[in-house]
Amino acid sequence: MAEKEKAEKKQEKAEIVEEKKPEAEETKQETAEKAEEEKTEEEKSAEEEKKEERMMEAYEQAIFKKVNSIVFGVFSPKMIQKMSAAKVVTPELYDKEGYPVDGGLMDSRLGVIDPGLRCRSCGSKLKECLGHFGHIELARPIIHIKFVDTILKLLRCTCKECGRVLIPKNKIETISAALEEIEAEKSLEQKRKEIKQLSSVLRAIKKCPYCNARQSPVLIEKPTTFMESDKKISPIEIRTRLERISDDDLSLFGLNPEAIRPEWMVLTVMPIPPVTMRPSITLESGERSEDDLTHKLGDIVRINQRLFENINAGAPEIIIEDLWDLLQYHVTTYFDNAVAQLPPARHRSGQPLKTLTERIKSKEGRIRRNLAGKRTNFSARSVISPDPMLDIDEVGVPKRVAMKLTIPEKVNEWNIDYLKRFIENGPDIYPGANYIIRPDGKRKKITDETKEVFLEELRAGYVVERHLMDGDIALFNRQPSLHRMSMMAHSVKVLTGNTLRLNPAVCHPYNADFDGDEMNLHIPQTEEARAEAETLMKVSTQLISPGFGLSIIGCTMDSISGNYLLTKELEFTREEAIDLLYSIGIDDFSRLPRKKIISGTEIFSVLMPEDFSFRGTSKNGEDVVIKKGELIKGLMDKANLGSESGLMLRELHKKYGPEKAINLLKRLFRLGIKVLLKTGFSVSVSDTDLPDEIDAQIKQTLNDAEKEAERLIEAYENRTLETFPGKTMLETVELKILEVLNKARNEAGRFVAEHADKRTHTMVMANSGARGNMLNLTQMAACVGQQAMRGKRIERGYKDRTLSIFKRKDLGPAPRGFIRDGFKRGLNPAEFFFQAMTGRDGLMDTALRTPKSGYLYRRLANAMQDLKVSYDGSVRDATGKIIQFKYGEDGIDVSRSEAGQINVSKIVGHK
Amino acid sequence: MKFKVSQHILVPKHSKVSEKEKKKLLERYNITLKELPKIHKNDPAISELGIKKGDVIKITRKSRSAGEAIFYRVVI
Repeated sequence: MAEKEKAEKKQEKAEIVEEKKPEAEETKQETAEKAEEEKTEEEKSAEEEKKEERMMEAYEQAIFKKVNSIVFGVFSPKMIQKMSAAKVVTPELYDKEGYPVDGGLMDSRLGVIDPGLRCRSCGSKLKECLGHFGHIELARPIIHIKFVDTILKLLRCTCKECGRVLIPKNKIETISAALEEIEAEKSLEQKRKEIKQLSSVLRAIKKCPYCNARQSPVLIEKPTTFMESDKKISPIEIRTRLERISDDDLSLFGLNPEAIRPEWMVLTVMPIPPVTMRPSITLESGERSEDDLTHKLGDIVRINQRLFENINAGAPEIIIEDLWDLLQYHVTTYFDNAVAQLPPARHRSGQPLKTLTERIKSKEGRIRRNLAGKRTNFSARSVISPDPMLDIDEVGVPKRVAMKLTIPEKVNEWNIDYLKRFIENGPDIYPGANYIIRPDGKRKKITDETKEVFLEELRAGYVVERHLMDGDIALFNRQPSLHRMSMMAHSVKVLTGNTLRLNPAVCHPYNADFDGDEMNLHIPQTEEARAEAETLMKVSTQLISPGFGLSIIGCTMDSISGNYLLTKELEFTREEAIDLLYSIGIDDFSRLPRKKIISGTEIFSVLMPEDFSFRGTSKNGEDVVIKKGELIKGLMDKANLGSESGLMLRELHKKYGPEKAINLLKRLFRLGIKVLLKTGFSVSVSDTDLPDEIDAQIKQTLNDAEKEAERLIEAYENRTLETFPGKTMLETVELKILEVLNKARNEAGRFVAEHADKRTHTMVMANSGARGNMLNLTQMAACVGQQAMRGKRIERGYKDRTLSIFKRKDLGPAPRGFIRDGFKRGLNPAEFFFQAMTGRDGLMDTALRTPKSGYLYRRLANAMQDLKVSYDGSVRDATGKIIQFKYGEDGIDVSRSEAGQINVSKIVGHK
Repeated sequence: MKFKVSQHILVPKHSKVSEKEKKKLLERYNITLKELPKIHKNDPAISELGIKKGDVIKITRKSRSAGEAIFYRVVI
């Protein structure tokens, strides 16, 4: 039986093809023959090719027209019937054999959802046929839940007898003219408001100015029942009343009678959406699970049929009423299953159905989830971790990920053997392949069984989707993507492990750290995309930031400490020096002096290009001179190597271009790390220990400051303090105390800076700019200082005092949050508490500020979306409107200037 | 005496562009008036210039990056 039907279907298919191309006699013959034969793979593809050709023809003949306007309206019952492909009369879906029932909800005229079948309305296959609407005729009119408000408004504003608007004839014209004017002068929005206002006035009118009929107030009993003098108005009555409203009167309500007749808001015929919109899914057990909409439509059809039967059988009014209400409930929940007054329709499992409104609405709905939100294939996301042995423009990809992400490679006679090796390996051995794509576009998964077949049939024109390999281009991204450096192109390096790896030097442009950050990886799939990524997005092209014109990638942390130590004081034997240089990838030692002992600067100089000369200053203000590739004066620190400050890096980039600059940076970075590996680098608590007499001096300084504060407080209490203009005496004493205490802490800081042992690694880090600053060291070694909240000393807590261990109204340093101890000596309980207060305050502040500033930035970035600098130097938006007449008002590209300035004499060659 | 907005320290200099210059400006940027930034005809800063719709206003501003920057707006 099934066999027979299949054959019939094939026949049908052939007929359709014949209809489409009657002039191609040969084709017809062929296809007809084929339909009868058992189809082999090849024939199928041949048929498909022909199909494709036909499709292409259709595309070429397509006529494009400009859309002038779109009219939104309500479907009329006539329209619904006209566009319907099938009338649905039975709630059954499939017959005993599992074929769709004619006139059922899965009617094959409503579209196809099964592969291999053809649509009975248009003859197209799955994915070609978009589906067709059907319809059902409702036994009784049903109120459309989404139009309840409009219906109510119309009922209230029109006469229940004659259907005219409750406005006297002479006034109608003036009012409609006024409305028109509002729309033209102000906005449609304003007009709507005006209409709303108008309708609330009309409600109160008791007598029709045309037929003198008495009007009684219409009330609504939510969700869909209309009441008039305690009696329900039946939807039939509502519909006839709406029918009576004249076209002219409708425009007063802002309705266009050609597109929207109010009676269409009460449904007599309902469209059934195509099955393609509500596909059923086949479970693993072979059972079919229907879409929520199909379930709901089934309910509607079933009740509708029951209602028909009961009406025809002349059943008592009560039963008909009940069924009618039930039908109303089903139709309402079909449109919106979250109506406040109705219990939502549920699955048997108890979870509410997702019907039309829920599909569109809210964050998970069609608009925000599927249309505004985009998702990509060929991408990966994982936790990141550092790997300084990677190149700066590389990204380490876990093998597991590399075996999922693929690159399509087109087969030709030169690479066929190379690509065959991947197919031999298959999807489970690393450099393998997951899919091949035949020239007709069919994607085939490579498995152990299919491997042999594919190896045989592979020839030029096929595409092999091979695993990701070293050297492939990938886009690497970390959110929030605030600037263009947040997404850069790296070349892939496949590694073991499960994290994505990156060189710590590129942390800065991504603003990444390794406390659990995750990043995304995207693999460009076409030659064009790869070329574009490489020329526009490669890390090396992003070296100089367009924001401030300096290198955004530079040495960080250990590599700064290492280079600092190296150029400051270290010496190595020649063997050690060669070892060091070789470990960072240098094998030409001709520039290394032929001496027994080689200084750090000489090792550093080997990296510099031979013709590079540079003059600058280091972090502490000393001169740095590089002449002919040799560091002859000064040392390297954050000012010349660091990101966002490396002046030397900018010079290198300018002189030697991005490729060489990034290569050099990579070596500098590694050199720093290797130096530390060789010499060892660790910190300890004793690093910032001070000599006893300095400790005493700091103590003395703080004592003096406290005495000074006492003196100020005394002067305040005696009212002899000279007040600052515009300030009260209390404010003045506060300011003065703050100043005195701050001065004392700075003094203490100076002692630390001068007398702590500069060779200790804590000091090395602070002085080189690798991490930490003098303030941090002062707080550890000497004095934490004043704790402030909202720019003032801490003053709240208990009545007139901050903590109960202090005297009331004590303005002295300690009771108001001055911490005179350092972290190393330890804080007393009160000090600890004050520190915790400001610490917590700081955390709160960052937690609250980050989303706020993020949103602020987002709005700015969105407002400036697709602005560009055009060739005449003006900034324009996508429509060509001018935003700025000259980019940045001075027309200077910051990334190609020196901090926004163009040094003409330098370009010309003058000193 | 009425307060004159145009003399306020924060209000940059607004002046009317002659028809000849206006033509030159539009030619220089290869634009029509539609592409120019706009200014309302009732804007206080140009209330004393005797302006009608379609005129172009030249605004000379102080600029942090260029010292002095010139901007044009069309009156609507």
